[in-house]
Amino acid sequence: MGVIQADKSATAAQASTLGDRDPIVNDFSIIVATANGTGSQTSNLTILRALFKMGIPVNGKNIFPSNIQGLPTWYHIRVSKDGYVARRETSEILVAFNETTIVQDIQDLPAGGVCLYSSDIRNVPQREDIIMYGIPVRQFLRELDAKGPFRDRYTNMIYVGALAYLLDIDLAKIDRALDMHFSKRRHLVEANMDVIRMAYDWSKENLEKRDPYRVEAMDETQGQILITGNEAAGLGAVFGGMTVTAWYPITPSTSMIDAVNDYAPKFRHTEDGKATYAVIQAEDELAAIGMVLGAGWAGARAMTSTSGPGISLMSEFAGLGYFAEIPGVIWNIQRVGPSTGLPTRTGQGDILPTYYLGHGDTKNVILLPATVQECFEFGTTSFNLADVLQTPIFVLSDLDLGMNTWMSPKFEYPEEPIQRGKVLSAEDVAEKGFARYRDLDGDGIGYRTLPGNEHPLGAYFTRGTGHNDAAVYSERGDDWLQNMARLERKFNTARDLVPGPITDEVEGASYGIIAYGTTLPAIDEARDRLADDGIKTSFMRLRALPINDEVRAFVEKHDYVYVIEMNRDGQMHNILCSEMYDIATKLKSIAFLDGMPLTARWIVDTLTEMEAK
Amino acid sequence: MGNRRSRVNELGLSKTDYNGRPSTLCKGCGHDSISSQIIAVAYEDNIRPNEIIKLSGIGCSSKSPAYFLGQSHGFNALHGRMPSVGTGALTANHSLKAIGVSGDGDTGSIGMGQFKHLMRRNLRMVYIVENNGVYGLTKGQFSATADEGQKLKYAGLNELPPVDVCMEAIIAGCGFVARSFSGDPKQVRELLRAALNHNGTAMLDIISPCVTFNNHESSTKSYPYGIEHEMQLHDISFVPEMEEITIDDYEPGSVKNVEMHDGSVIKLEKLEEDYDPTDRMGALHRLQWAQEKQQFITGLIYFNDSRKSLSQVNNLVDTPLAHLGDDQIRPSKEALDALMDDMQML
Repeated sequence: MGVIQADKSATAAQASTLGDRDPIVNDFSIIVATANGTGSQTSNLTILRALFKMGIPVNGKNIFPSNIQGLPTWYHIRVSKDGYVARRETSEILVAFNETTIVQDIQDLPAGGVCLYSSDIRNVPQREDIIMYGIPVRQFLRELDAKGPFRDRYTNMIYVGALAYLLDIDLAKIDRALDMHFSKRRHLVEANMDVIRMAYDWSKENLEKRDPYRVEAMDETQGQILITGNEAAGLGAVFGGMTVTAWYPITPSTSMIDAVNDYAPKFRHTEDGKATYAVIQAEDELAAIGMVLGAGWAGARAMTSTSGPGISLMSEFAGLGYFAEIPGVIWNIQRVGPSTGLPTRTGQGDILPTYYLGHGDTKNVILLPATVQECFEFGTTSFNLADVLQTPIFVLSDLDLGMNTWMSPKFEYPEEPIQRGKVLSAEDVAEKGFARYRDLDGDGIGYRTLPGNEHPLGAYFTRGTGHNDAAVYSERGDDWLQNMARLERKFNTARDLVPGPITDEVEGASYGIIAYGTTLPAIDEARDRLADDGIKTSFMRLRALPINDEVRAFVEKHDYVYVIEMNRDGQMHNILCSEMYDIATKLKSIAFLDGMPLTARWIVDTLTEMEAK
Repeated sequence: MGNRRSRVNELGLSKTDYNGRPSTLCKGCGHDSISSQIIAVAYEDNIRPNEIIKLSGIGCSSKSPAYFLGQSHGFNALHGRMPSVGTGALTANHSLKAIGVSGDGDTGSIGMGQFKHLMRRNLRMVYIVENNGVYGLTKGQFSATADEGQKLKYAGLNELPPVDVCMEAIIAGCGFVARSFSGDPKQVRELLRAALNHNGTAMLDIISPCVTFNNHESSTKSYPYGIEHEMQLHDISFVPEMEEITIDDYEPGSVKNVEMHDGSVIKLEKLEEDYDPTDRMGALHRLQWAQEKQQFITGLIYFNDSRKSLSQVNNLVDTPLAHLGDDQIRPSKEALDALMDDMQML
């Protein structure tokens, strides 16, 4: 290793006092700055998984550009002995491997931070208040005789090795992580481990560890898995009885369908190799939801997955699904709008438009997963609700949940049986007769037959035009009124069928907080910090729309309630105000969206500021 | 005719069992004639109503599925989006066969994208374009299939070239492409019968004159409607009662001039008996040639049954997906537990 020289000039410039701090163990963040398309994701996931295998709570967030190759990308790894998984505003440890962003990246480091950089980069800015470690990457590549794509791949493994030394990450766990990544193809694992070991050994020999950050094995990840929300959702669909998936590629939803395409062939083929499901890549989102509704009408459990622009395109079909009462599941992995917006950033800006998606008096049922576990569970729940309520069900995840890597207790087999709703067989029709939209049970939900029903009276004509309760075309005012009143009744039935809110009521709470989706980890952490300062809060996390009576009771119980969400206009606040207009003045909106997941610090600061008013 | 009511087919169904609700289209509309032929073929060929689904988009043509096969499930979808609904329905249940009815606006304009992709996917569907070159329900705008140089009272002169849905279907990969005229019941029936037996998507472009709005004023017009009639057309609530246009059978290889309600003439050329419908380039060439002569060739223009249907491409189980039992659509607990163990990287 003697041929590869350390960049002594940079390390010599360090202030010696920085090294005298107490060790900081398992409580910091790492940010890896690279360029898109270099394969750095493999390296970043390897670090994340190795830490996870050491029993340390972690979370990984990829902040990536809308680009295939070349633009900057940042990977955030939070290491938290206390199990916090929200984004932090600053990262103490920077891996600066992208020449185009290194000036800003180094500037963003907090005082006392650490910068591991490629010393091939010219004009690396120097800061006296941080610790710099340079690695001569090009010399490594020469030594490794790396060519073509291997130059990028090995470069990324070099920082894995250097970090492993600096932070004391267990090399055996890194090997295990790579083993999983490469599906046990050992020659690939070994090739990468060789580079990692080389960088580790070199770092040990040439870098004088002067920073306080390091990891130590814990036992906090037993029984847990690491998974993205989209992968969990795809898996949930496969276990939820999905039979037709129709979709059109769009960031950040695509990886959910990738998961369906990975898991369905594994779990949903018969012994003779035939598929019990179909996945159709449609020509656009209009066709995707059209296929979903066509399939749902014919008796399939059908779904699509999309994001904001796709939701806008699906609007007309959403209204048809609501009005003609056809089951279907539409996942919306939210990104930032309006328009094309920020395609690779996260937000909660589609709640209001989705709730009322479709012209006329359309109202839609929405599920709001906050965790990867809920993404999995809602795989079953969404199909069941669609079949039971005979209406499109929208599931609003987001990019942060969908594409980032989260710890989770391993998924339990769905307790919920598969429900198919009110479907009449030919025998049922013979016995009871059939009028498609007649409200026999008073819950607003009619009985339907599926195409193929053999009874001569079993057929009906489905339409988006006005109809009476026997599904016959009608332009009569009273038919219209009755039908719309029944649809409202059905929507009210949904209130108690959808997943209810989860509430943490605290005795003596100063105020209540209502939120939904992926603001959860930041709110959890913020509430702990507030509690440490003696401020007690109660928290209700909504898991679906329409809301049920528990929400009203929660609001009534508190002097006032903050509704925290990631959009500009306070969309959920709007919905809650209109649903509870008589007590709407008790609801205060905290809405913010810059494309990044909320942080606990921002929530604490904002609540403190609002309380001071 | 008196005995007909009591007559039944091999399924024990009378012809009236294949009827739909009374049509609300204009009297004399070619679309009703097509509905009648669908009823006749379904009855004569002993088709089980529950094995058919009827699909449509939006427009006059798309209303018609309500007027035939009342014992079949029907779905009147969105404008131009029937192909996607059909794709979903037939994927959910591949034992069904769809009769889709669309129009020239529904297919050639708003639904062009879905139409072409349906042709690519090759599902078991008879896709009928009831083609009159005009938007009827919105009172007479040109559709994309209108002839270049054609004049309409409301819309003026059409200076854009027409979309030929037969050419579009052939280019997109459809294996059964035919054209006919709604007033030629014998040919319509023959083509419908063949189309219903095709294992894939069959596209029938049926010229179906609009009695009300397609009031051609082209130079070929032999005797224009009187001033009185033109005046009355300005009042859009007035719809003249017209006789349906029907033609006598004409010989393969011959050209038939057919006079429309407004007195204009269209030329139909029935494909000759030795025409080879399996020659894809030949079919396109022939369509192009006919378009230049402002003729409509009728008959089976292109045929190729070698392609797999989408269900075959998707390798679906024999049981329709919609009928699979719970244990077939939800994997076992053991499968999930084993996966979870893998994910823990044990």
